[in-house]
Parts: sequence; structure tokens; C-alpha cells
Amino acid sequence: MLEQQLINALSLGSVYALFALGFTLVFGVLGVINLSHGTVFMLGAYAALQAVTRLNLPLSAALLVAFVFSGALGLAIDVLVLRPLRQRQAPHLIPMIATIGIAIFFNSATQGLFGAENLRFPSGLVPDQQLIWGDIQISVLEAGIVIFSFSLMAAMLMVMKKTQLGRALRAIAESPKAAALLGINVEGLFMLTSFIAAALGGIGGVLIALYSNAVFPLMGQPMLHKGIAVIILGGMGDIRGALVGGLFLGFAEVLAVAYIGSTMRDAIAFGLLFVVLLLRPQGLFGKVLERKA
Amino acid sequence: MSALLEVAGLEVAYGHIEAVRGISFEVHAGEIRTLVGANGAGKSTTLLALSGLVRARAGSIRFDGEELLRLKSHQIVDRGLVQVAEGRAILTTLSVKENLELGAYRRQDRIGIASDLEKVLTLFPLLHERIDTMAGNLSGGEQQMLAIGRALLARPRLLLLDEPSMGLAPLVVQGIFRTLGEINHDGLTIFLVEQNVRQALKIAQYGYVLETGRIVLADSGRRLLDEPKVLEAYLGG
Repeated sequence: MLEQQLINALSLGSVYALFALGFTLVFGVLGVINLSHGTVFMLGAYAALQAVTRLNLPLSAALLVAFVFSGALGLAIDVLVLRPLRQRQAPHLIPMIATIGIAIFFNSATQGLFGAENLRFPSGLVPDQQLIWGDIQISVLEAGIVIFSFSLMAAMLMVMKKTQLGRALRAIAESPKAAALLGINVEGLFMLTSFIAAALGGIGGVLIALYSNAVFPLMGQPMLHKGIAVIILGGMGDIRGALVGGLFLGFAEVLAVAYIGSTMRDAIAFGLLFVVLLLRPQGLFGKVLERKA
Repeated sequence: MSALLEVAGLEVAYGHIEAVRGISFEVHAGEIRTLVGANGAGKSTTLLALSGLVRARAGSIRFDGEELLRLKSHQIVDRGLVQVAEGRAILTTLSVKENLELGAYRRQDRIGIASDLEKVLTLFPLLHERIDTMAGNLSGGEQQMLAIGRALLARPRLLLLDEPSMGLAPLVVQGIFRTLGEINHDGLTIFLVEQNVRQALKIAQYGYVLETGRIVLADSGRRLLDEPKVLEAYLGG
């Protein structure tokens, strides 16, 4: 049943990649390790759940709600927390610690509002059909996750490589000062990046909540740890790295469960990660590059 | 002739350190003007204030009659005030072509951009040969050409240059200055900040000498070159 395991790994890896994409984008452009990304991911799932259960919206509309809600939250975090720190030229660790505070605040608030227990999306929201292709089965949800993640990655790579917006973002990633002198509205693109990254995180939250059939206040935390591992593995700030790193972790976990045992899942996955980093400390796509002033 | 750029009483401070202490100067359309001085005199700070990257504490910066002091960097580029920063500020992880394309970031006129790109590549044929190279792999002189070419693609009305001679071999510096002369001859106004006082005063019609945040001398380039104080302090006696 190797083929089936590969399919499972592909869908799990796609979710990791989707999560890591926003995470790596914020790091690449803003230079901040945003430890509230897992929380934004969790809140996206809650927003969609509310949209479905209280407003009776279909899944597509709920995804849109999650996108906008999480995106707005990411934007607010940038404007209210990260920007004041930038303006005071706070050293790198400070914004990271501030995002830990944000994460704790929202995780607790969510627990207070909705309780700590597992909530679920109503069944039948996604057709529970299986697509069967020879020996391989893939659920509609899994297929959707894989297609969505891959097309999003492809679109993002295209934007970064081929458009003036992408060049501007890469310019900011290398030097915000040089970018500003070219007439790039650096603060504006920081806001755009924060919105998009968080919005994608929110969508990721809905997808994983559907995939694992659980919404709970701390669902973002394991994801955050994996996200950090994925972007370190892929190369900090690199979009291709988020994809390859996410898939790597997905495959490592699924194959570890299938052939070694589920208790060893994280040990195997993170052990492999460690080996890769020993061989290539800058990550798979990382450049050895210092950020300029 | 009225001034294109008029700076009056400009003061910039970093915390308690006053880097620029109330300087006034102007740049007229069509000329090359220079601000020379030693390291730490406040030259780069002045340029950063002009481009809106550091906030002035007092004074006024009028460009073509409009006050720039409260504008953001990208709005200042929109007005046609474009800076080639100290150390060239080349984007090393982007190709030469991508760097040039970003020079035209604020522009929408595709045809104009294409023809300006052509002009820049004629002006700097070396860039044409290395168009797809990562900019980080260029030599210092080539990077300076790229920085100037990139700024030209913004279609500046006033080009600000911060020490284009920095770290370059004398022959390369001469080439860069010759090009600046040509660009100016074609009608572009240039405000040049330099530590290479001799080269700068040779090319400029008018110059200012900046010392610890104050302008201490102002005269035509030629007369400043003969000024005993300048000779002694900057040109090795």
C-alpha cells in the first residue's frame, strides 16, 4: 500500500506547505519570525466554523470568511504591534517575543470564549466521496487540499519571479532602505504581506480542521512547531523551500507511521530534519546572506 | 534662475546627536552642485533627509516649490527626486535586468520605460553584456553603473548621488564622473555628495563644504578648488 501512503503524505505535506508559505513570506519580507502564525491559523478555523454553524454558510463562503478574518488579524498585528517596534528599531528578538504574547493572548481568549473542547464542522460539509484510481483512494477533501496548495504555491512563485510586485518584495527582503529609495512603498507592502500571509494561514486552519475533524484552541501550536521546522529545512524566506520542506515533513511523518510506528512519528520526522540541516545548514534553498540595514 | 531645490535651516538629529545643524542650500535646474566634506560631516544624513528616509527636526525642503518634509520616500520619488544611495544599494540577489526594472517601479508608461532602458544600456554597454547576471556578481564599478542606470529609469528631475566614488579605483571613478558629466549635459540636474573633494569640485559648477553639520564655505567649484582652507583640509595642501 505504498501508493496510498504517498497520497496521504502528499495531502498532509500540502497543508504543512500552505502553513509554512505564509510563515516564510513574513520572515522573508518583514524579517520577523511571527510566532502568532499558529494562532491566526487556529482563529481562521474558528471563524469558518462560526460562519458554517451560526450563519449556515456553505464551505466556500466559510473559507472566504476565514481568509478575510485571519488576513485582517494579520494586518492588525502588523500595524498595531510590529510597526511601532520597527519604527523604534527594536532588535530582532523583540518582535518575535511580541508575537508570542499575541499568540498566548488569543489562545487564552479563544479558550475562554469557546471552551477547550474539540469542536467539529457538521458532517456532509465536504462530500465524503472517495476518488478511486486503481488501488489508490483519495478523498475529495484531500484532493482539494493538494490542488489548492500546489496552485497557490505556483501562483505565488510566478508573482515573485515575474511581476513588479514580486521584484519589489524581493527588494524589500534584501534591503528595505534600498527598496524605499526606488520608490517602493515599503510599509504598504509590509501590510499587504501581513494580510496575505495570515489569510493563507487562516485557510490552512480550515483545511486541517476539516482533515483532522477537530477545531480546538491549541490546534495551531503543533502546526507552528512544524512550520518553523519546515521553513528552516526549506531555507528561511524561500517559497520553494516552504513547498519542498512541507512535503518532506509530510512524507517523513506518514512513512514513519506506516513503517515504524505512530509513536515514533515526530522523532523520525525531526531526526531526518536534523540530518538534513547537518548537511546543509542554510536549508535546502537558503542562501547564506546577511540582511542589510 | 529660480532654484529647483531649496533647503532652508535643515536640522537632523539621531537622538541627542545633531548630525545636521541648520544648513541651507539650493540646486538650480540644469547644473551639477556638490556638497563635500569629511566622513561624518553629515553629508549622507542630509541626503537621507531629502529622500524622506530620516525625518528632519526642523527646516524646509522645497522641490519645485513644493514642501517635501512630510512626504514619504515613495512620494518623493514620484516628484522626481531620486537618490543613488551610499554603497550603491544594489539588490545583489536580483539580476541586473530586475534591478533596472525596479528603477521604473513608480512608472506605468511601458513604451517610455522600454526606450529609457535602451538609453541606459547604451550609456553603460557593460550592463548590456551582463543583463542576466546576479547583480551581486558585478564588480564595484559595474554596480555603481547599475545604481546610476537604475536611478535614471525613474526619470528623475534631480538626481542625488551619495559618494559614487566610494571604494572604486581612480580610473573607474574618472569614468563614472565622465558619465555624470554627459548625463548632466543632456539636461539632468545633479546634486552630488562626495568625499572625493577634488573630483567633485572639478565637475560641479557650485559647491558647499560641510563640516560637523554646518556649511562653512559656499562658492563656485573652481574657486573652492583654489581656496586655501579647502586645499589644506581636503586636498592635501
